Amino acid sequence: MVSQKTLTKIQLNTCPTADELAELNIGDVVYLNGLVYTARESVYTGVLDGDLEIPSEFNISEGANFHCSPAANQHEDGSFSLGAVSATASFRFSKWIGRWLEKTKSKIVIGKGGMSTNDYAKHFVPNKTIYLTTVGYGTGALLGRGVKKVKSLYWKKELGLAQAMWVLEVKNFGPFLVECDIKGNSLFEREHKKISLKIDKIYEGTRPAILKRLGETDDRKDELI
Amino acid sequence: MISLKTIENTAAVLMKKAAVEIPNDYLSGLKAMAKVEDGDLSSFVLQAMLENYEVAKEDSRAMCGDTGCPRWYIKMGNESSIEGGPVALESALRRATASATSSIPLRPNRVHPLWRTDHDNNVGIGAPEIEYGFEPEGDWIDLITVHKGGLFGTDYRMLFPSDGIQGIKRFFLDSLVSFGKRGLACQPAIIGIGIGGSKDSCMVLGKRAACLRVVGDKNPDPKIAELEEEFKELGNSIGMGAMGFVGKSMVIDCNIEVGYCHTGGMQMSVHAFCLSSRRAVARIYDTGDVEYRTDPNWFTAYQRRETVEW
Repeated sequence: MVSQKTLTKIQLNTCPTADELAELNIGDVVYLNGLVYTARESVYTGVLDGDLEIPSEFNISEGANFHCSPAANQHEDGSFSLGAVSATASFRFSKWIGRWLEKTKSKIVIGKGGMSTNDYAKHFVPNKTIYLTTVGYGTGALLGRGVKKVKSLYWKKELGLAQAMWVLEVKNFGPFLVECDIKGNSLFEREHKKISLKIDKIYEGTRPAILKRLGETDDRKDELI
Repeated sequence: MISLKTIENTAAVLMKKAAVEIPNDYLSGLKAMAKVEDGDLSSFVLQAMLENYEVAKEDSRAMCGDTGCPRWYIKMGNESSIEGGPVALESALRRATASATSSIPLRPNRVHPLWRTDHDNNVGIGAPEIEYGFEPEGDWIDLITVHKGGLFGTDYRMLFPSDGIQGIKRFFLDSLVSFGKRGLACQPAIIGIGIGGSKDSCMVLGKRAACLRVVGDKNPDPKIAELEEEFKELGNSIGMGAMGFVGKSMVIDCNIEVGYCHTGGMQMSVHAFCLSSRRAVARIYDTGDVEYRTDPNWFTAYQRRETVEW
């Protein structure tokens, strides 16, 4: 085994204090305790542009917004079985995230692959929200273990199981990596910049395709989201 | 005659095996990569994945929360016969898919593309896909399920003979670099490449190369086998590892399949079979015996035949 620099591991409440958030650096490993709710396309459009109302019994600002649909099921008696949970790619939610954070004041967004630094600067930094990325992707079984209870399931009928809002009680829920810290720094962008320095070398000797595509870039250093 | 009940029961077992157990060939490949990965973040990711496979097995829960889109590949020996015929077989596979979705549970991923209707059971128009192959001998059928995940890591391009191997290499790199950023391809992955055929069969070949061949398998054409090895090394030399972090874990293995194409073209497709490479296989014999395995062994000499007669 190659020797490794040890990453910092942190336990964090899903409703963290400003000080706790300020101490986090990109690349830190985080485990969450508290409440996590899933919200993706249909919840965003339903709440922000449609007629879905965030249930008042659930204080959404204390929960972390997870870009996720769990592998889970609700039985006829109302009970749940929940197996694995993994994130879905977050860049697709860029058009809603600003208004969502403004409305919910959630301090943590969990997803896959991060969002753009532009989104971080515009929406995350002003709201003092951080972004945690799942690891792998996905450590679905590990994360499933961290879910202690399905607290509630909203809009199952309207949105279907995969798009409904699941509210989960979690303990030692992780691992996640800090992708965007409170200042808006991005772990993915940092790594991408390092990799881009050497990217031209690997292409040496290859040629662009004879038939081009409209809008094609030949610069591998470009970000794609 | 193979009984329908045996088919449905076996299909249910396969659905669970695919979702929960990482195939041994992939696991060995990943362990070997974890030993040499020196990027600290990429290495952390690989260790977390190895731990995740253990937990999935211990808890009997799906490896990944995105349990993919279940599909079936059915291989029939020429002498096999199925109770109720092919229509009954397809019903049994659809029933097994639906019931496994709630019993395991799987994520009900399949929705109508326009109306987003979700039956919460992974069954709908064209879902699960059921594809067929035949073998010249045998009174058995192979049931293979693949729960292919991910929206990323797949691409197609019409190349031309003058693009040559260098053009193929470039499109291969482009696919890995673009979908490898931020780890959207869920690498390290088994990369399947289809070359030739026509647009649709090229995609089919590449997908099957990724999903129906195992880590360590080689194409019987020695020159193609060399390319597979070269591309694997090339992919792992980009400098990118798991989740798009600095590292060298991109390609667990590279499998290439070819099909004869139009004389003016050289179609190419690239597919990534992710960190949760979900596949499970069973052979059901006429006697009712069932043998489970993880190697689909799809690409037999018969599947790759070049001749008019067999």
